[in-house]
Amino acid sequence: MANPNGFMMYPRVNAGYRPVAERVQDFKEVVEPLSPEVLHQQAARCMDCGVPFCHGAGCPLGNRIPEFNELVYRGLWREAAETLHSTNNFPEITGRVCPALCEAACTLNLDYEPVTVKHIEYQIVERAFTEGWIPQGAVATRTGKRVAVIGSGPAGLTTAQQLARRGHEVVVFEKADRIGGLLRYGIPDFKLEKNIIDRRLDQMRAEGVHFETDVTVGVDVSARYLQKTFDAICLCMGSGEPRMLDVPGAELEGVHPAMDYLMQHNRRVAGDSEDQFGDSPIRVSGKHVVVIGGGDTGSDCVGTSIRRGALTVSQYEILPQPPKRDNPETPWPSYPKILRTSSSHHEGCQRRWSVLTEKLTGECGHVTDLHGCEVDWEEGPFGWKMVKRPDSQFTVKADVVLLAMGFLHVVHSGLINAIGLDLDKRGNVKVGNYMTSVPRVFAAGDTVRGASLVVHAINEGRQAAEAIDRYLK
Amino acid sequence: MRNLGALWRRSLVSEESDLKELKRGKLVKMQNSQAPKAHGLYDPGNEHDACGIGAIVNISGRREHKIVEYGNQILMNLIHRGASGADESTGDGAGMLMQIPHELFVEEGEKLRIEIPERGTYGVAMVFGSRDAKVCRRCDQILEAQVIEGGLVPLGWRTVPTDNSCLGEIARASEPVVSQLFIDGKGLVDEELERRLFVIRKRVEHQVRREFGDEAEDFYLCSMSCRTIVYKGMFLAPQLAGYYPDLSDPRTVSALAIVHQRYSTNTFPSWKLAQPFRMIAHNGEINTLRGNINRLRGAEKMLRCPELADDLSDLFPIIEPDASDSASFDNAMELLVRSGRSVPHSMMMMIPEAFGPRYHISTDKRAFYEYHAAMMDPWDGPAAMAFTDGRVVGGMLDRNGLRPCRYVVTTDDMVVLASEAGVIEFPTEQIRQKGRLRPGRMFLVDTEEGRIVLDNEIKGKIVRQKPYRRWLEQNRIELRGLFQPSGRIEASPEEVVQRQRCFGYTREELQSILVPMALNGQEPLGSMGTDTPLAVLSDRPKLLFTYFKQLFAQVTNPPIDPLREGLVMSLMTFTGKQRNLLEETPRHCRQLKLTHPILTNEDIQRLRLVDRDDLQVATIPSLFQVDENDSGGALQRALETLVDQAEEAIRNGASLLILSDRNCSEKMAPIPSLLATAALHHGLLNRRLRSEAGIVVESGEPREVMQFCLLCGYGANAINPYLAFESIQKLYADGYFPEGVEPEQLSDQFINGVKKGLLKTMSKMGISTLRSYHSAQQFEAIGLSKEVVDAYFTGTASRIEGVGLDMIARETLARYRKAYEPRVDGQLELGHDGEYQFRTDGEFHYWNPETITLLQQAVIKDDWDLYTQFSKAVNDQSRKRCTLRGLFEFVSGEPIPIEQVEPVDEIVKRFYSGAMSHGSISKEAHETMAIAMNRLGAKSNTGEGGEDPARYAPSEDGDSANSAVKQVASGRFGVTIEYLSQAKMLQIKMAQGAKPGEGGQLPGHKVTDEIARLRHSTPGVSLISPPPHHDIYSIEDLAQLIYDLKCSNPGVQVSVKLVSEVGVGTVAAGVAKGHADEVLISGHDGGTGASPLSSIKGAGAPWEIGLAETQQTLVLNGLRDRILVQTDGQLRTGRDVAIAALLGAERFGFGTSILVSMGCILMRKCHLGTCPIGIATQEESLRKRFQGKADFIVRYLRFIAEEIRQIMAELGFRKMDEMIGAVDRLACHEAIGHWKARGLDFTAIFSRPEPSGGSDLYCSRPQPLQLDDHLDWQILEQVADAIENSRPTEVDIPVRNVHRTIGAILSNRIVQKHGAGGLPDETIRVTCRGTAGQSFGAFLAPGVTLNLIGEANDYLGKGLSGGRIIVKKPKGANFSAVRNVIAGNTLLYGATDGEVFINGLAGERFAVRNSGVTAVVEGVGDHGCEYMTGGTVVVIGPTGRNFAAGMSGGVAYVFDEHQLFDTLCNLDMVDLESIWREEDRNRLHELIRRHHECTGSRQAERILENWHEMAGQFVKVMPIDYRRALKRLAESEQVNEEQTTITEEVYHG
Repeated sequence: MANPNGFMMYPRVNAGYRPVAERVQDFKEVVEPLSPEVLHQQAARCMDCGVPFCHGAGCPLGNRIPEFNELVYRGLWREAAETLHSTNNFPEITGRVCPALCEAACTLNLDYEPVTVKHIEYQIVERAFTEGWIPQGAVATRTGKRVAVIGSGPAGLTTAQQLARRGHEVVVFEKADRIGGLLRYGIPDFKLEKNIIDRRLDQMRAEGVHFETDVTVGVDVSARYLQKTFDAICLCMGSGEPRMLDVPGAELEGVHPAMDYLMQHNRRVAGDSEDQFGDSPIRVSGKHVVVIGGGDTGSDCVGTSIRRGALTVSQYEILPQPPKRDNPETPWPSYPKILRTSSSHHEGCQRRWSVLTEKLTGECGHVTDLHGCEVDWEEGPFGWKMVKRPDSQFTVKADVVLLAMGFLHVVHSGLINAIGLDLDKRGNVKVGNYMTSVPRVFAAGDTVRGASLVVHAINEGRQAAEAIDRYLK
Repeated sequence: MRNLGALWRRSLVSEESDLKELKRGKLVKMQNSQAPKAHGLYDPGNEHDACGIGAIVNISGRREHKIVEYGNQILMNLIHRGASGADESTGDGAGMLMQIPHELFVEEGEKLRIEIPERGTYGVAMVFGSRDAKVCRRCDQILEAQVIEGGLVPLGWRTVPTDNSCLGEIARASEPVVSQLFIDGKGLVDEELERRLFVIRKRVEHQVRREFGDEAEDFYLCSMSCRTIVYKGMFLAPQLAGYYPDLSDPRTVSALAIVHQRYSTNTFPSWKLAQPFRMIAHNGEINTLRGNINRLRGAEKMLRCPELADDLSDLFPIIEPDASDSASFDNAMELLVRSGRSVPHSMMMMIPEAFGPRYHISTDKRAFYEYHAAMMDPWDGPAAMAFTDGRVVGGMLDRNGLRPCRYVVTTDDMVVLASEAGVIEFPTEQIRQKGRLRPGRMFLVDTEEGRIVLDNEIKGKIVRQKPYRRWLEQNRIELRGLFQPSGRIEASPEEVVQRQRCFGYTREELQSILVPMALNGQEPLGSMGTDTPLAVLSDRPKLLFTYFKQLFAQVTNPPIDPLREGLVMSLMTFTGKQRNLLEETPRHCRQLKLTHPILTNEDIQRLRLVDRDDLQVATIPSLFQVDENDSGGALQRALETLVDQAEEAIRNGASLLILSDRNCSEKMAPIPSLLATAALHHGLLNRRLRSEAGIVVESGEPREVMQFCLLCGYGANAINPYLAFESIQKLYADGYFPEGVEPEQLSDQFINGVKKGLLKTMSKMGISTLRSYHSAQQFEAIGLSKEVVDAYFTGTASRIEGVGLDMIARETLARYRKAYEPRVDGQLELGHDGEYQFRTDGEFHYWNPETITLLQQAVIKDDWDLYTQFSKAVNDQSRKRCTLRGLFEFVSGEPIPIEQVEPVDEIVKRFYSGAMSHGSISKEAHETMAIAMNRLGAKSNTGEGGEDPARYAPSEDGDSANSAVKQVASGRFGVTIEYLSQAKMLQIKMAQGAKPGEGGQLPGHKVTDEIARLRHSTPGVSLISPPPHHDIYSIEDLAQLIYDLKCSNPGVQVSVKLVSEVGVGTVAAGVAKGHADEVLISGHDGGTGASPLSSIKGAGAPWEIGLAETQQTLVLNGLRDRILVQTDGQLRTGRDVAIAALLGAERFGFGTSILVSMGCILMRKCHLGTCPIGIATQEESLRKRFQGKADFIVRYLRFIAEEIRQIMAELGFRKMDEMIGAVDRLACHEAIGHWKARGLDFTAIFSRPEPSGGSDLYCSRPQPLQLDDHLDWQILEQVADAIENSRPTEVDIPVRNVHRTIGAILSNRIVQKHGAGGLPDETIRVTCRGTAGQSFGAFLAPGVTLNLIGEANDYLGKGLSGGRIIVKKPKGANFSAVRNVIAGNTLLYGATDGEVFINGLAGERFAVRNSGVTAVVEGVGDHGCEYMTGGTVVVIGPTGRNFAAGMSGGVAYVFDEHQLFDTLCNLDMVDLESIWREEDRNRLHELIRRHHECTGSRQAERILENWHEMAGQFVKVMPIDYRRALKRLAESEQVNEEQTTITEEVYHG
């Protein structure tokens, strides 16, 4: 253990953010790393628990958190990087965008403040890249087996990397023009700059992974062909079917799924020209923007809209405001449902809870106003029931309405239907030990479990790769 | 061939009358004739005994009948040291060894028409004949024939008159036919005749065994000598003389007698196990028996002794099979003596004194012991021996001096030597000298020379009879004298990693064990218990080491303290070729001498390069062919080859074999080093070659302490753990060590850590030297097949079967394959494995995020569904084969409606919370637990650490935080008369699951002022709990402590806490016979606040086995219905409890799970005191974080009870009593498909012995009352008014040694009435005249003065709680007080307050763990003021060795006349100061003045008269810790005014 009394000696220090005034002017990452001295103390706070809940209950990957904390404390950064990579393929991503389930489960989170695990992770991997400790090269023994991975989000990339390391020939097919899936087009640069992804892709190429962009499987190449030419296929296509708003006026112009907006925005940052967005470019500059949905995607829309010069940004959530600290419904060590305020929220945004959107109205087919009301949630014999609060109706200006209300399931049209895979009740692809109802076709990530966190996707990718590897043997 | 016997003897015992006896009742039926064979888990091999011994001799050799009478009298007065069986009238055995009563035999012989020759020219065989007349006749024939064969002449038989009317039922049922055969010496006399008789006896024994085997096991030759004879049997002391009228016959005269009263842990009849044996009577236990026997067996081939016989081979085995430890000792001793060594010489070989560097002994004596170390290993264990060859009588103590032995010499030339003083009362003026035997010392009376020979003289003569010192100097071989090889072989990092993978190294081991060991030179600590699967149930390939569990001493012998009493311990060994044990030549010591058994990588190189005649080294590869199809076969063949190769090497002259796995390759895998070592050791033993060569194990496998212990325990003479060293070097290169440490230093530190670990592990078993630990096999196997154990680990207990060679090979290969697999990016070099800490990809842990969370949420929300999820998760056997009970299933019965099952409220009354001290856990947690248990009507346990008296009264809201069970542990912290009086139950903690056999230490910084107050110590001063209870070195001592405790609180129940290990059942039976009301069998996995990791993992057995063994043994002994049985050890669910009940427990303890229910999350940081939950910490800020509530515990335990009810309903039990011991309702889960667990066999656990006499399988009657005849009742009659009205009263009363624990009942009555403050000083003054029994003045309350005129035995002033004790010699005594031993051993143990003045010498361990008493004494033995934490001791006379060991508090003033005290004092924790401060001088003067006033001491008078000269000769012993603490206290008093609490001041100091 680093220092038995560390947690009593040093308070938690969060990684800092660049000043709001500065950061909203650009699209660069907002996080400012801690200094080595502070980081050393932060690592010293880890108690190396007998039952490390961070590792055993928090992190889906089972990151060896107490171990790398100690190694950082001892200054053994290279060993720390090896330890980190032994469970996590892309710590540079999770170190930036993960909500840090580990910190929620940290024993110190019972009363004190948890260890800054996420930031330590971030610093380990960044140092590893800087120092050139990330192995660059393919494994010597090749198995001669070929695997196709469909989709290049975190699940697909993980699957591909794990399989390549076991000596299989892996081809990743991506329908978009760039590799990365949601990582590239779903997450704004101020949280994850895209050169981070490129850096990792270079390494993966060196490990022997082949990437094919602009290939929509089922359109550009048939599923049958893939089944014939590859020993296994793994579907990692995400959960792309958004939940839509079912109210009058939802069809008006200016109402967009959040992901459409984020994707356009990310492409603009990447330097793509406006004409690539065809006839539906989404512009928020000088407009009133309302984001419906209080989650992370919504918050990304908030931050992006602010950077794009929106006049006002509001975010509405249908559920009540969660408690600020302890929520007895989600006791430790589970991830608590509590009020979370992201860096974007600090940049200027009005947040409201218990708000139901009743209808949208507009002019000339374009949305102008949102009509909503407040609701109460009552627990009855059949679960929670929503009741409109009397006389709480309101109307606000809304030139752009972004729908960040979650996703339903994987897009069924196209490939899924073409292969004829069984689905579960929620519309996700049904698997048994990562194999779908069709032999040799595997699936992992959001495709299987519905929209979820990057860290879950990586975990799924690792598990699926394990299953595929076993299958191929 | 004439056959005298068959013609005319034995008419008195017809077969018919035997039959009649046999038909008496069930008791007899079950215990017919002899002790039962192994049954279920009961194994007669585990039995222990202890006892009282005595010897009486007339120095001038005058033969008198009086001696025999005195012998009887000694026995009578030692009766409380013996025990009786289930029928309360069968003794465990008593006997007398004396000179042949020639006069009696001459006259009796005439009647039988046998002409008895001249004294000394004939021998007498004392025979226990078999009860089977046919066998008996044949045995007699054999005896006669062998006598004739041996060239002697049988003269005739005498049937020894006996009267069995006094015997108990059990004894009578197994009564043998006792007769004597007279044998004409045919001109042989003395030693020559003795030798011949010895040879004949051996031959007879062997022939009878060959012909009849077990059938004639009751045939026994008590003695066969021309000098001595043994009368013994299964008696209580008074029955001996009653049974043998010979002993009351005035014609029976002898100049000497040795007597023995036995206390056995069982109730089975065994006439022949009664003592004395042919030469000795032994009080104690030989811990290293297995090794001693093995080595003697190994040496047999080389034995030559022309004087005995040309061919000794028909005398082998020298040690009778299935003999007790004492009998085996006697066998070995006889061999040494009969082959020509003197009795004292033989004793010195077998029980050598400690001769380590901290002893100031003569060079010649040191050389003698070292020389003999090369030929015989100590028979190690607590021992008081009385011995005789018929001419000399002697007594001797082992090096630790753990058994008492006092002697008295009278003016009429009588010497009495016995376990206690006062066994024979002599008028004061007749006493010439009183003394006691000191550790390692001998006392001898030579009746031929007619004088007492003192230790120095005896030994001085013996050690110089041969030039041992020169022989040693010229012959022994030392490592540093060997050729130094050039250059070191460095392994590349890749090689090291590959080897690490091959030998199953883990990151966890490297980081949590190797790094700390190499850095700090000691094993790391851990806390909480172990919750991982047994090796045989683990899904992961485990090292063979993990299938073994260390044995440890509990009750029947004491562990020793390797830290504070380390001076008696030694790791020195000799290895190489051994020679004929029966002669002594210079070549005998031409062996390699090692100061410790760990060889560095350079050492082994050095050995390899040796090439000299007297030391030839051969390397035997320890590898086996990788054969996937028949790995077990390959392994077996390799083991055979290995022994063959060794044999060949030995035939070619090798005297040192290096067993090496260095050259493993892709085709050749290493044999598990333990298997290879044991196989080679036993292989060579079987081929009688073991003593021809030493075994050095060169292996990459061992790296943890337990592993080194195992290798030594199974035959390795030295070990080179090359990979451990290489790993440390690699860790160094990788930067795991702080800057500034040298790599060489790291290896040395690692070796130091291993050495300390070895000492600690040996000490747990009470073994002092590695030589005797070597191959003593102090382990039990769990999960190894009998086949493997019998073949390679012969003699080791393995009770549930398990894996065979094939599985062992598979496990090795599983690791091995991995080592040669290519590593993929992102994969770590080594896995973490999660053995000590939870890891998702590591070993399974019962306590994991899921189970912890479920349980906590269940109790917080009071949610039965969540509890059932928890219980299901724990009970789910298919996934978690973690414990043995996980593999059990219930045999269903006729289900009943749950309403008919007894209610939850009844069931919870059977629950206990685990013993956790306030100190190991916070006040908040401790009180929460007590309140919860009291609310339930269950029982909480104080743990060791006292209890705040404020908790004795209930609070206003009706809750009570008074713990029902108060623990009495080895540190005796907070054990006062008030504490004892407030208990419903007192628990004697003999061992703790996580670290049985070890002591503990609460470091000074954790001793806050609150803790210090409760423990009667000083804040900031560390508190040490010694490994043993210093008043329990054997089973009869335990009985004594039980008696003490019952006196301290008449009506209280006494519980004894044991830990499961092989043989725990027999210990439990002994506990039951000692009148305990409850025995607790703890599992090995119990929790701890701090323990070395190897102890948490490596010692003790699962409670399932120990509990079943206990139940079976108690039932077989007819003892079960008078003692409660509790079990604990990671009990978590109702199912666990139900299984425990079916196996025989009626009470259940919960420790860890209760902690979890109140918030514990298994941080395993208890030993650091940084518990973030506020449980295992004393830090204020952390304690505030404690969120636990009594309700949580209440809910949890009620949930468990509810779950039990459901199981009971299913099984058809209405009351829990019905299910206790119903093992037939348990079966093995049929679906055991686990790859390793398949071989397990639980038949032994599920075995159900027939209860004797239809007695219940649970406790249904109380233990017999013992207190009726206590002397205090008489005193109480006279002081009733004094207690009632505090009116001063004096009492004068005679006492004898049978009056034990005087004053305790009285004290109880006083504190009951007046509280802890007792009565005003001197209110009750009791003058006792005579020799007081043990525990005089125990727990004496304030206001009482006991004034003893005479002498005292052991344990005077135990737990003294404010009273005053004065011991002085009677007026008219002729002896000088400063030379007169007036009190026994272990005085003032755990005393908290009061005064003691002793006008004479006290024995060993004076004022041990004293924490507040002021005492003046005129001299003390070894280990004075050991572990003392407070109080003041003044010694105005001589002191023994190791004074102030572990003394952390209090002060001692010692008279240092010769300026040598610093050589006797253990300076580890104390400084010596001169007495120059005025306050010291005044204090000392005042105390000596008081001593003089109270006792009239001459020495005190002399000092006071010459005060100015003599005051300067005193030194003050000042504990360093204590001085610091006092200084801090003084400072904090000032700071206090500035509003800072002492606690913080001390805590942060």
